[in-house]
Amino acid sequence: MLSRPLFRFVRDDRRINFMRGRHMGLIVSAVLSIASVILFFQPGLKLGLDFRGGIIVEAQTPGPADFGKLRAALDHAGIHPDAVQAFGSPRDVRISINAPEGADREAQTQKLVDGVKSAISAAEPGTQVLRADAVGASVSSELFRDGLLALGFSLAMILIYIWVRFEREFAISAVVTLILDLTKTVGFLAITRFEFDLVMVAALLTILGYSTNDKVVVYDRIRENLRKYRTMPLRELLDLSINETLNRTLGTSMTVFLAALPLALFGGSTLTGFATVMLFGIVVGTSSSIFIAAPLLLLMGEKRLRKEVAAD
Amino acid sequence: MMYYSRLRLLGVAGICLIGVLLCLPNFLRSPSPSLPWRQIHLGLDLRGGSYLLLQLDLKSLEHDRLQSLQDQARQTLLDRSLGYRDFARDDASASLSFMPRSDAERDAALKAMQSLPPVVPNEFTTSEKDGRIVLTLQHDAMLARAREAVAQSIEIVRRRIDATGAIDPSIAREGDDRIVVELPGVSDPERIKSLLGTTARLTFRLLAPNPSVASPGSTMLEDESVHTQVAVQDHVDVDGTDLTNAGAVIDQQSGGWAVTFQLNSAGATAFANVTRANVGKRFAIVLDNKVIEAPNIISPITAGNGQITGGFDARSASDLALLLRAGALPAPLSVVEQRTIGPSLGAASIHAGIISLLTGLLLVIAFMVLFYGRFGLYADIALFANLILMVAILSLFQATLTLPGMAGMLLTLGMAVDANILINERIREEVKRGRGPLQALQAGFDRATGTIIDSNATAFLAHVMLFVFGTGPVRNFALTITIGIVTTLFTTLLLSRLLVVRWYALARPKELPV
Repeated sequence: MLSRPLFRFVRDDRRINFMRGRHMGLIVSAVLSIASVILFFQPGLKLGLDFRGGIIVEAQTPGPADFGKLRAALDHAGIHPDAVQAFGSPRDVRISINAPEGADREAQTQKLVDGVKSAISAAEPGTQVLRADAVGASVSSELFRDGLLALGFSLAMILIYIWVRFEREFAISAVVTLILDLTKTVGFLAITRFEFDLVMVAALLTILGYSTNDKVVVYDRIRENLRKYRTMPLRELLDLSINETLNRTLGTSMTVFLAALPLALFGGSTLTGFATVMLFGIVVGTSSSIFIAAPLLLLMGEKRLRKEVAAD
Repeated sequence: MMYYSRLRLLGVAGICLIGVLLCLPNFLRSPSPSLPWRQIHLGLDLRGGSYLLLQLDLKSLEHDRLQSLQDQARQTLLDRSLGYRDFARDDASASLSFMPRSDAERDAALKAMQSLPPVVPNEFTTSEKDGRIVLTLQHDAMLARAREAVAQSIEIVRRRIDATGAIDPSIAREGDDRIVVELPGVSDPERIKSLLGTTARLTFRLLAPNPSVASPGSTMLEDESVHTQVAVQDHVDVDGTDLTNAGAVIDQQSGGWAVTFQLNSAGATAFANVTRANVGKRFAIVLDNKVIEAPNIISPITAGNGQITGGFDARSASDLALLLRAGALPAPLSVVEQRTIGPSLGAASIHAGIISLLTGLLLVIAFMVLFYGRFGLYADIALFANLILMVAILSLFQATLTLPGMAGMLLTLGMAVDANILINERIREEVKRGRGPLQALQAGFDRATGTIIDSNATAFLAHVMLFVFGTGPVRNFALTITIGIVTTLFTTLLLSRLLVVRWYALARPKELPV
């Protein structure tokens, strides 16, 4: 009978000296984050339709798609797409056009989408339009602003919550760690060229929420141990706390990872990017809970946290 | 906490049962129309359909109001026999200004302007500048007007869409000046877009005495029947708001399509008066600033009905009749965002979503049993209940489920076992410290609870923010996760604990299976 657990990640009595590698961890993390920030500016993120504005039409032709013919048909209709590419099967075509310039660009954008649809169905009768999206320039800039606002407010709420529930050192280390996590994820987005759109903002926020959750659990244990072992040096105490929560940290990461994995594999074009970024974020979030969040606390609070508790 | 009262037991079981019942409408047909049969709505990305975001043209609203205010102002000055010159309208600054005939009349003119009735409170201000009297529309008042106009437009948009036979459309306001239209199952929204893009403001106006040049009080408009510009008087003799009915018919004389209309009594009287006084002159039928036709008035028309022939075909005649019946929009609407999902993509997305959800669920279930044994199995039962409760709450609110929403559910399931893992690890630690089974369970539950609440509270806050500031797909994602956090707290803190406690009470084990 499956009564007792069959597997463990680490033996309960294993004590890994994480703090010994703290400088290494912080340096690696800082380097990766700086590289990510550079990648953010050059080559930058590939903005999705939501934030860039413009048109995407995805269609499925009855036979293998003849790109030359489709391009010619669009050209004939006076439409100059920025990209006509295959995606998925050889019958699937994606046509994308950036937002037109000029005074009546809003109206132009909306007209173009109908033009593209009729041009391709005239060129390839029996073509099915899978998706046709047109986002005007004013809407896309609003969506972008709202997305960043959501991100900013969430970060602020997390900071406030941890500040209220823990001490200042905890809140600052947590937010610094989160920013390091976030920049790496942005770097990952820049490298993989996944489109940065509204759904990606949701992915970033979920990573943020998940990573915070992880940090809160470790910090919770540190706080408890600070009360319990009043004379233990902070460094030892942090190591103990990380080790005590290690099975939990790895276990939860594993379940979230397992839940997101099928999405990355079979989620379809909308969710693959989202889920892949989630998977990356889970790995980064978990490792930063172990290698970054606690060392930062040691760096910031070596004197203060210990003294305060001793003075209680 | 190790003792569960019978009441509590029944409460937890009752909530789970209600959850199951609330899920049922999604899978079964309603046995009787009198039962409340609440279902989850599938989003357009899963169902296929079109999404249109319409923007009300504020500038045109301002322009129209300035024009009518100008008419009112002139009339008032005339009624009070006050003279004016150089009456100017400036759309950019949303203002009107004129020079009184003499300094002596300035105060009287100013008073006359202040007596003009505003459409909304504090609509405009009156002031004096360089001897001129200036009326300026106020931005806040115009926004209030825009909100009103959006409310009217929603009604008209609904009537127009209903007339096309679209099934189950949803039409809602967004912000001050936008309308969201969702059309499930409509994969080619072109006709609806063109119907919504037409203001359909019909007016009957006389041509200017000399129709080939613009003169004060008239505007050059395109005559679509002959493709030339004609000067049409700004004064509106009969307005389309007086229309009571319209229909598409075949014109007896030409054999082409035409649109007939019927006016109400006020409209009919006005129509009769104008046609009687202007026999022999040309009378323009103007739709959205374009002249459809400008026939000669042969004889007075007193019955209040008429016919418009303007080179229509069957489709354009019936569309115009539809638009006239539904009424004119208070201001033009333009599409600023549109998204169309074809039915095959929607079906593929549902498929992908369900496969991912089930695979993810299976992986997590297997992991929990392998790594946490019996207690892992209890966590899995709680996980299943969690899924049911999430579906139940979404059904209860008749919420919309989109693909990102499904991703949210899946991630909730991944995160939900975190609480169980925390409890299990804690119990295990307590056992290692040499506590007996009962104390270990007790301490494990109690100590883990604080951590669970802390970690879920931060996730909850982050997703509420996402819901408040997010748009479209992001909101749906945030909604399912926020609901998921609540159901997670219930299933882990109450249900899985209950299962462990019942097992302990029945089995009385000497050691815990951790």
